[in-house]
Amino acid sequence: MVPLSMYLALGAALFIIGVAGVLLRRNVLIVLMSLELMLNSVNVNLVAFSSYLSDFRGQIIAIFVIAITAAEVAIALGILVALMRNKATLDVDDITIMKG
Amino acid sequence: MLAREPERWQYWGGANSVEFGFFIFFAAVTIISALVVVIARSPVHSALALMVCLVQVAALFILLGSPFLAAIQIFVYVGAVMVLFLFVIMMLDVREAARVRFLRGGTFPTLAVLVLLGAEMLVLLLNSKRFPVSTAGGTGTLKELSTTLFTDYLFPFEVASVILLVALVGAIVLARSEAD
Repeated sequence: MVPLSMYLALGAALFIIGVAGVLLRRNVLIVLMSLELMLNSVNVNLVAFSSYLSDFRGQIIAIFVIAITAAEVAIALGILVALMRNKATLDVDDITIMKG
Repeated sequence: MLAREPERWQYWGGANSVEFGFFIFFAAVTIISALVVVIARSPVHSALALMVCLVQVAALFILLGSPFLAAIQIFVYVGAVMVLFLFVIMMLDVREAARVRFLRGGTFPTLAVLVLLGAEMLVLLLNSKRFPVSTAGGTGTLKELSTTLFTDYLFPFEVASVILLVALVGAIVLARSEAD
């Protein structure tokens, strides 16, 4: 049997890789994909706890996370398409219109 | 921590089942494809690697006894989200972005933060004594899951559907050209 801590370690590793992608890469598409990786690591943790504690709620929250992620990706890519129309760059360092 | 060492190794000794082998295989492919997502130069390669990673996570969900969530993962992530990504990559001109180097200068603080975060998570995971040691038995049938979802969690479910509607309208408004 697989101990729970191995699933949690896998989730932590995926999360670290996702954070590395967000912080190190400058391509906005890859930053978005790394966000997907981080959300997936959270889902792995939720489902693992749900399975090992025999509790439904982890799976239900994971379903909500997946739904919200779909909405987030649709909005983010819509913003990206609108942005590319005004300023043809994919580099997040160049996207400083709002001076954030 | 040293006193707990033997029982942890007991896990490894008794973990020669088929399930453990599948877990190691899926976990290894997940980690490798996730690394490819971050390292690959071309966004198309990243998207394909991310697709592999998401399929492996769906397989892990099946190992954890929740096949419904695995199906949702395949439908929503691989079927919808990744197609959206590939569609946008196809629309945008990514040839210039593909030449950008992976690591630029001045990444030392970032790497330090990453190592710190990873070490913290590892220490917390290995030192915690409160994890349930029972086996992964799944959580019951799909009928029970859906009953819980549509009774106790009905309001969040409706809110999620409204959020999806807002996202649909918002994406259309944002991506529409000004001329219309």
